[in-house]
Amino acid sequence: MTYVRPKFRHPELQKNKLGYTVDYYEGALSTLCAGCGHDSISASIIQSAYEMNIEPHKLAKLSGIGCSSKTPAYFLSNSHGFNSVHGRMPSVATGANLANRDLIYFGVSGDGDSASIGMGQFVHVIRRNLNMTYIVMNNGCYGLTKGQDSATADQGSKNKSGNVNPFDSIDLASLAIELGASFVAQSFSGDKSQLVPLIKAAMNHPGFAFINVISPCVTFNNNVGSTKSYDYVREHIEATSTIDFVPQMQEINVDYGQGSKKHVTMHDGSLIELRKLSDDWDPLDRQSAMNAIMNSKSKNEILTGLLYMNQDVKDLHHTLNTTDKPLNTLTKKELCPGSEMLKGINAGLR
Amino acid sequence: MEPTDINNPEYFHKVVDCQNACPAHTPVPEYIRLIAQEKYTEAYMINWDSNVFPGVLGRTCDRPCEPACRRGRVEEEPVAICRLKRVAADNKGDVKKHMPQAPFKSNNKKVALIGAGPASLTVARDLAPLGYEIHLYDEQRLGGGFMRSQIPSFRLPESVLNEEVNYILDLGIHTHFNHYVKSLKELLTKDYDAVFIGSGAPKGRDLNIPGRAEASANVHIGINWLANVAFEHITKVGKKVIVLGGGNTAMDCCRTARRLGGDEVKVVVRSPFAEMKASPWEKEDAAHEDIPIIDNHVPKTFVVENGVLKGMTFEKVKAEYDAQGKRKLVPAGEPDVFIEADDVLIAIGQENSFPWIERDLGIEFDQWEMPKVDELTFVSTNAKVFFGGDAAWGPKNVITAVAHGHQAAISIDLMCRGESLTNRPAPHVNLVSQKMGIHEWAYDSAVVEDIRYAVPQADKILTLKDRKKEVELGFDDKTAFKEAERCLNCDVQTVFAADKCIECDACMDICPTSCISFTENADETDLRNMLKVPATNLTQDLYVSDALKTTRVMIKDENVCLHCGLCAERCPTSAWDMQKFFYNVTKAGKGCASH
Ligand SMILES: Cc1cc2nc3c(=O)[nH]c(=O)nc-3n(C[C@H](O)[C@H](O)[C@H](O)COP(=O)(O)OP(=O)(O)OC[C@H]3O[C@@H](n4cnc5c(N)ncnc54)[C@H](O)[C@@H]3O)c2cc1C
Ligand SMILES: Cc1ncc(C[n+]2csc(CCOP(=O)(O)OP(=O)(O)O)c2C)c(N)n1
Ligand code: SF4
Ligand code: SF4
Ligand code: SF4
Ligand SMILES: [Mg+2]
Repeated sequence: MTYVRPKFRHPELQKNKLGYTVDYYEGALSTLCAGCGHDSISASIIQSAYEMNIEPHKLAKLSGIGCSSKTPAYFLSNSHGFNSVHGRMPSVATGANLANRDLIYFGVSGDGDSASIGMGQFVHVIRRNLNMTYIVMNNGCYGLTKGQDSATADQGSKNKSGNVNPFDSIDLASLAIELGASFVAQSFSGDKSQLVPLIKAAMNHPGFAFINVISPCVTFNNNVGSTKSYDYVREHIEATSTIDFVPQMQEINVDYGQGSKKHVTMHDGSLIELRKLSDDWDPLDRQSAMNAIMNSKSKNEILTGLLYMNQDVKDLHHTLNTTDKPLNTLTKKELCPGSEMLKGINAGLR
Repeated sequence: MEPTDINNPEYFHKVVDCQNACPAHTPVPEYIRLIAQEKYTEAYMINWDSNVFPGVLGRTCDRPCEPACRRGRVEEEPVAICRLKRVAADNKGDVKKHMPQAPFKSNNKKVALIGAGPASLTVARDLAPLGYEIHLYDEQRLGGGFMRSQIPSFRLPESVLNEEVNYILDLGIHTHFNHYVKSLKELLTKDYDAVFIGSGAPKGRDLNIPGRAEASANVHIGINWLANVAFEHITKVGKKVIVLGGGNTAMDCCRTARRLGGDEVKVVVRSPFAEMKASPWEKEDAAHEDIPIIDNHVPKTFVVENGVLKGMTFEKVKAEYDAQGKRKLVPAGEPDVFIEADDVLIAIGQENSFPWIERDLGIEFDQWEMPKVDELTFVSTNAKVFFGGDAAWGPKNVITAVAHGHQAAISIDLMCRGESLTNRPAPHVNLVSQKMGIHEWAYDSAVVEDIRYAVPQADKILTLKDRKKEVELGFDDKTAFKEAERCLNCDVQTVFAADKCIECDACMDICPTSCISFTENADETDLRNMLKVPATNLTQDLYVSDALKTTRVMIKDENVCLHCGLCAERCPTSAWDMQKFFYNVTKAGKGCASH
């Protein structure tokens, strides 16, 4: 077997603005099962970071435990990384982010990691609106521990050993919207043309950005009767819109004549261009987003695309009024402002 | 696009770039793998079957395979295919026992071959075992044609040539050496069932400029001079030598002159250096032997004083190109240049010449005095007379002559059996899965990053002293192994089964060289632009699958596939498989007809 991925790349690969070809954003050769949806998501992350001209050392990838949480080893090997405890990625991300607000925080989790053991952490990181991208690679099972049903497995979904799941599932996207997440999207590992612009927009979003990506576990949950199999997802997928992310600096060249096209301007002037497919939905309106999810659920459809976005929120640093500099750049002068200052503070506490 | 028909053997044949480019379609990767396994005898026999002269070609081949080699598209340099062939020849064991053993049962047919170069010798080798009585005519005293008279011994030792010529002569060939065929008419009155003309392109071009006649004692036609050196009629040359011409003959002339006493040998060529016809490695070898190549100089006169050649004058030119890129040499406007010389060798091209073929034998000649020869069957307009090698369409090279020989032999055999010449035998093909288990393949799929290894050369001081001392030493077995490992095994094909594909993207994501895309179908031009990396190399095919469940298709751009097998390893359903494709051109009397 080829244990090492050959170093040769296509000689005509294009360089991004930083002068890197896409392979600069790759990671180690994946050890996941052949055909695992998670590998496709890794490929989309690599593509997004390349297209966003991200300097790898300006990004930190964080994860918990699970096949999904292993994937940071398989992308962006030139970036920082922290593989934390099961379900505890959000607290590590919070700590890191508070210490150095200048990095891009990219969290990867699984449905088990987020919806079971890590649920407590998940809801609070949303509530606090930590500035990060949070991807759940959702396969409806605990892949790493051999495929037990997870909390996102749909009621009635059959697993590989033929057992039907009796419990209702947790819908992570609705939950995120409910808890006030300011960017919520849903996608499918097998649809890179949708997933890549979503990841790019999420990374550009100045607050908590959540993407729930259905990602079939080819080994334990790709059987007939499973609602997370490649075939089932493909048959039931319903996109809100097609999506394109137009970064701030790029010359915007859009045809505003078409009625079905909608532009969402981001905080920095970047555009999200949506070619709407369903009319009764407005991504800027929380209620309509919730309705759209509910409606498609009742029709057994999996709604994908950008579901909801709110540009008008304050991230955790803003709420806590923290220093605007990474802690490691603070000097003695700022950290020890002197006895006069201390006196003043003490006086204020009397 | 329509789905690719992989049942047509030419599709996968084209993927094996080297084999496809080889005029004789030698199964290159197959023998390279055998060399890596130290199975030199087997590697030799694969070559012998296809190209008849592995030892000769492993040293002298024009190597059309190498510019075609996929490795050259992935990194700087192709695999040293040619020099690996020599490794098989140098290290082989007893090969003769694997060859057909004379005497053969006669089929009562007689064939005359005119000229004992590689083309005729190939016809002899293919037909003799079928029972044909072969009569081989050559004006020289030994067989080999230009391989003997032109290719100098420091590139091709006589012993190597003799060995491989003798393998053929030992098949019971009737040789008529020292026999110049003066009249084809006369030959045709004998009871030959077929005549093959492999007489080469034996006439060197002359240069008729002022002073040529007066200087004639010291002015030589390159190919005649080389033949005279080979047959030891000439043993020395003046100290100062000018070689005119920029092709491989000029390179052989100048290097030979260096060995016969030429201390100051200069090559003078009309065209710019970069556009010379000589192969890059021949130019390098000349430079290594301290031979300057003076370009953009057009010969004007031979300067003779008191009946003695003093040198030549040249006009300096420069190249100008019109809108179509056509080159014109225009005067540079500088004073003429005089270069001293004791001897001048003219190596400015060769021509065919058939003074011995009467024009009333039903063999039609065109306006350039070239015979009309069918490109598929090599038959002339006389159904009994066939042409091949340089005699058919002008000077080419040994491997082309061999390829012609195989096809002409097939035609002669078909003709003698009363069958249609266009009923060509189909190639022998085979496609076998290389899967041995999970993550286990029957071929070494790892891709090494080594850059091309150089072939060591003998000490220049020694080689310049002795015309017969071979310059190249050949790879030793260790270096040969490393060089062999550079081969990407392009014959291990990526075979796709659309009905098994679940469109998980795993192959597309893992492929190091971005060969694989899944997309809606379109016409070829659009498709080429819709891929992960646009497929700009139009000489390389797109492998198009049947429609998949989502109506999309799998498109693989064959251009820079490393044949690493990662796509097949990553595929959860074995929709991809790595299958070894063996393709061999069927030789005379060996196959069934293609239709
Ligand atoms: C200087 C030089 C160097 C070369 N180096 C290389 C090289 O490194 N690699 C390579 O691949 N190719 C090389 N070539 C080209 C190669 O030698 C020829 O393309 C090849 O030998 C052609 O083979 P052939 O069978 O057509 O005929 P030839 O090899 O030309 O043989 C024809 C034979 O027919 C004989 N003959 C002709 N007319 C008659 C007649 N009427 N009666 C009897 N005998 C006759 C000739 O004497 C000759 O022996 C070189 C050519 C030259 C001139
Ligand atoms: C504290 C703790 N509890 C339990 C486990 C066992 N465990 C490892 S991975 C995993 C579930 C992972 O599921 P998910 O997050 O969906 O990842 P997947 O493998 O499906 O991608 C569990 C329960 C653990 N590693 N640590
Ligand atoms: S067990 Fe499932 S989730 Fe884990 S690597 Fe294999 S296919 Fe992917
Ligand atoms: S890499 Fe090997 S098989 Fe491929 S073209 Fe080159 S020599 Fe031939
Ligand atoms: S063998 Fe497969 S993975 Fe390897 S380069 Fe070729 S298409 Fe890509
Ligand atoms: Mg899971």
